[in-house]
Amino acid sequence: MKTFLLRRLLALLPLLLAVTFITQTLLVLAPGDYFSKLAENPSITAARLEMLRAQYHIDSENVFVRYGYWLKGAVQGDFGYSFKFQAPVWSLIADRIVNTLILAIGALIISWGLAIPLGVISAVKKDTVFDRLAGGLSFVGLSIPSVFFSLLMVFFAQKSGLFPVGGIHNQVYWQYFTPWQKVVDTLWHLVLPATVLGTIGMAQYMRQMRGEMIETLSQDYIRTARAKGLSERKVLFGHALGNAINPLITLFGFSFAYLLSGAFITEYVFSWPGMGRLTVEALLDKDEPLVMASIVMLTAMLVVGSLLADLLLAYLDPRIRLE
Amino acid sequence: MSIEPEPSAAPAPRASRTPWQTLWLKLRKNRAAMLALYVLVALYMVAVFADFLAPYHYETLDQDRPFQAPMLLRIHIRDASGSLTRPFIYGTRVANPSLKLYEDDTSETFPIRLFGRGDRHDLLWLVPTDRHLFTVDAPARLYLFGSDQFGRDIFSRILYGSRVSLSVGLIGIAISTLIGMLVGGVAGYYGGAIDFLLMRVVELILALPSLYLILVLRQSFGSDLTSIQIYLLIVLILSFIGWASEARVIRGMVLSLKEQEYVVAAEALGFSRMWIVVKHILPNTLSFVIVTATLSVPFYILGEVALSYLGVGIQEPEASWGNMLRAAQNVSYLTEYTWVITPGFFIFAAVMAWNVFGDGLRDAADPRTER
Repeated sequence: MKTFLLRRLLALLPLLLAVTFITQTLLVLAPGDYFSKLAENPSITAARLEMLRAQYHIDSENVFVRYGYWLKGAVQGDFGYSFKFQAPVWSLIADRIVNTLILAIGALIISWGLAIPLGVISAVKKDTVFDRLAGGLSFVGLSIPSVFFSLLMVFFAQKSGLFPVGGIHNQVYWQYFTPWQKVVDTLWHLVLPATVLGTIGMAQYMRQMRGEMIETLSQDYIRTARAKGLSERKVLFGHALGNAINPLITLFGFSFAYLLSGAFITEYVFSWPGMGRLTVEALLDKDEPLVMASIVMLTAMLVVGSLLADLLLAYLDPRIRLE
Repeated sequence: MSIEPEPSAAPAPRASRTPWQTLWLKLRKNRAAMLALYVLVALYMVAVFADFLAPYHYETLDQDRPFQAPMLLRIHIRDASGSLTRPFIYGTRVANPSLKLYEDDTSETFPIRLFGRGDRHDLLWLVPTDRHLFTVDAPARLYLFGSDQFGRDIFSRILYGSRVSLSVGLIGIAISTLIGMLVGGVAGYYGGAIDFLLMRVVELILALPSLYLILVLRQSFGSDLTSIQIYLLIVLILSFIGWASEARVIRGMVLSLKEQEYVVAAEALGFSRMWIVVKHILPNTLSFVIVTATLSVPFYILGEVALSYLGVGIQEPEASWGNMLRAAQNVSYLTEYTWVITPGFFIFAAVMAWNVFGDGLRDAADPRTER
């Protein structure tokens, strides 16, 4: 167990090195940098620009020099300052990561809370109207582009006035709220983006759940359970569900990782101040230190997400041993 | 209900069917998949004939009259006296220029003309013509799905945009499938160091947060590119991300295929290794490849949409379904002139059709569903 954990975390190191090096190469290849925009300002001289570039070590066109500077800082825990926000990148990321976690957990609750019961019912009532309807709906959920779905939700929020249009909390009254009001306000802002992200995942997990459940229900031990006269409820929840759900746990880890890194379109449309939006905006602005740190964070989250899935699976399924 | 065949009938005709015929027969029984196939054929035909079907060119604008409401439901077929007449629309009057409100001017009617003259275009990229399937006479303009912030016809732009948004999927999948098959085939058959190296590359690409990689890649090429360059770049970037998962599965299949007798026979005949991979092994993975390819077309369509929506994809005035949705980013446009999200329905329809068709294809290719 310990060696397993250690090995997986050690494997993260070369991955992070490769990812950051690729990112650095692409950033160096990209024409222009953050300070190119300042060049349009007549009060800033070319000499001043050169000074700024030298100060932030982005004056060299040599990838290895640039990466060397970054790596030297990163190893010492110094990931630099964001050009745009003029703040240490980790303080920016730390703020955003909490927001992204809130969104991801909200979406997970919606998607898995719906997917498992719907998948089980569809499997039990296979080929009925309910199953067909759920199957059709899952295709809709699977196919609806998140940009489009998010925009529809924003439209709904604006027209109905039931939900806020974007952001994570009320800008005006936030500071006067009691802690309890703050929680309610955040949840209220969370409903729509979490629904968008949750629905898209839900469709996929529901189909998977249905498939696994149908497979499990055709097994011999289910027939045995029925033959010895167990109630259908006990057969389903005592015998079938526990076995059918195992393959989904791997998916659970991936879905968590995907939500942490893949939610940026939804974050973008809903102005949700999460990691995804921070990274995309940093990329569009060529805010190099912030891009590098975000990529490190996102990659690490992806790996940790799948690691958590493995651990959970090993915990729930006694047949699996982590060596 | 089908009639049971006579026991004395000749041997079942199935024996003489090629695998492709079996697949097609099974697919035809799947109504949802066939419907999706018809939708796809229709969409792609529309894309091919976009310039003829669209009443206007995608750049044609009327800046004095932006945000006109959709006219699809305001095409009249009865004249003032109530008798049937050829379909027509009323002229438009500006009711409130600052709020972009318009009203019908019932004093003038403009019949919809079939094969009328309009903007010049090259039919099928070959035949220069100015005929369009339907037009109305100037000064009236026909905005079936409304007009955007520059007074351009959204319907025409959706048709032109379908060329970009739909072809990205086909070309992208062709490139990534080719790479995926070659890499997977070589890695699986050659084994050893080549296999090890290629698979590490695959794992690296799969471990990266792909949408960010796409964005970084896109940024590294700068923005002073022509529209055709940007289009090709998007396709190449998406294929660059897309081939990895394909290669991994193909490698797995090749590992088992290379023990087959016909491969050993080909080796004994002294064919080169590359020839064996391309000619003898890869064709046997084809049904799997086609199914996964179909199911991954949506990734390319949505990838283009995401990039164009973020403003680093297809640039104005060129139309794509993704960059048309950018107008809806402005919440007041979205709520006042809701028709700007019409392209979203087309993205949804195309992605859904590919998903349903791919799912049907997978069932049809699965020997376990033999009937």
